[in-house]
Amino acid sequence: MSACEQHRNIDMYEWDFIAVFSDIDLLALGLLNTLKVTSLALLFGIPLGLMLAVSRLSRFKPLSFSASFIIEFFRTTPPLVQLFWFFFALPILIDIRMTPLIASVLTFSIQSSAFFAEIFRGGIQSIDKGQWEGAKAIGMNYWQSMRRIILPQAVKRMIPAFMERSIELLKTTTLVSTVAYTDLMYQANDLAQKTFRPLEVYTVVAVMYFILIFVFSQVSLLIEHRLARSGESTVR
Amino acid sequence: MPNETVKLAQVYKSFGELEVLKGIDLTVNSGETVVMLGSSGSGKSTLLRCINFMETPTAGHIYLHGDRVGAEKSGKIYYRESELCKLRSKIGMVFQHFNLFPHMTVLQNVMEGQITVLKRGKSESIQKAQAQLERVGLLDKADEYPSRLSGGQKQRVAIARALAMDPEVMLFDEVTSALDPELVGEVLKTMRQLAEDGMTMVIVTHELGFAYHVANRVLFLDDGVILEQGVPHDILKHPKTQRMREFLEGHSLFKLPE
Repeated sequence: MSACEQHRNIDMYEWDFIAVFSDIDLLALGLLNTLKVTSLALLFGIPLGLMLAVSRLSRFKPLSFSASFIIEFFRTTPPLVQLFWFFFALPILIDIRMTPLIASVLTFSIQSSAFFAEIFRGGIQSIDKGQWEGAKAIGMNYWQSMRRIILPQAVKRMIPAFMERSIELLKTTTLVSTVAYTDLMYQANDLAQKTFRPLEVYTVVAVMYFILIFVFSQVSLLIEHRLARSGESTVR
Repeated sequence: MPNETVKLAQVYKSFGELEVLKGIDLTVNSGETVVMLGSSGSGKSTLLRCINFMETPTAGHIYLHGDRVGAEKSGKIYYRESELCKLRSKIGMVFQHFNLFPHMTVLQNVMEGQITVLKRGKSESIQKAQAQLERVGLLDKADEYPSRLSGGQKQRVAIARALAMDPEVMLFDEVTSALDPELVGEVLKTMRQLAEDGMTMVIVTHELGFAYHVANRVLFLDDGVILEQGVPHDILKHPKTQRMREFLEGHSLFKLPE
């Protein structure tokens, strides 16, 4: 018996994607919801991150301390614990019932803002002190300097880290399926049970995530290259 | 009485334990060019930076056109950020390292303060920016980014940026110290032109020749006090103090033979 034939004797799993593809609209809806949670979390998380970063950099100690505490707390606790806390614990404490969507967006806005805050802080601090001086000397106040001079330069440097973090966020949102939000992962679980084809379902879902994130990271690379080319040197 | 633009009265400045300025009295009259000399650590840059409150004096008063900056309350002086921003917008400053905004073109650099701080309209800002770039001889570089310019050109753009704010006085903080020697001349020439145009200027520099030929008055700072001052010829050719003589000798150690 040749090695080849011996190999064929192992019971081959028979792939059958038909069941998955006939219900692909379920997964499509899940994908849409995943994108919804992710983009809402980005929409709120990025400005919140900027606020946290500026607070942390503030010379006013109580503000700087509180911001540092929030940032460190949300960076060091597992996102699943945060999600459960917002979804199950917060309603008991302040008597608000949250939909899975609201709880998910709330959790991931704050959670990602903590990471974005650190990216902002790094970017802002990387800008030469002379830029602040140049802005100050023509009469700009703190916010004018920040908005017109510092952030435009800092954001450029932050883009790779931003992209990285956004991809991380997109992947972490799979956790929202645990509070019954119908994201891609939730729909996949559903479909797997319905079709008894978990292998096919999770393979398709993996490919969907892969394509989504691959396209996203290619676009971000493109942006990076574009910026590098227009790249006025950042110092002086 | 000549029209006094800037007056400092008993200005002190400490950084922690270190006392850098020890009671400075200085009046700069309108149209005057004052050059400050002194070895590093003498406090001349700190003094310059106190005039537009890049550094806040620890004690003492500063006046612009006779108006005292800050409000005094029970013996202590308080400065509001908005007041200081307004003051800085009326006082031009040029730095050793240019501090141009690299993400903006030369024209945008010169427009920025006019638009963001003075709230001038766009077309007026462009016009003014172009006029000042013309004045420093760089109108043809208006659409370049600063990274494409030489050090001397960058510094002249920085001068144009300050001038576009229509300042009452211009402060120059060692503006040729970071330049290649062959580029120093073009910047000094621009500054001399300004002086001849009647701009009020306070200049910290190591260029003794410039001080000699352009200044109306030369100050020599040492250890946080004004040790000597007078017209350039007197003070540079006939220094009264030993300290000043040493300083001048240090500067002319390797002069070319006449």
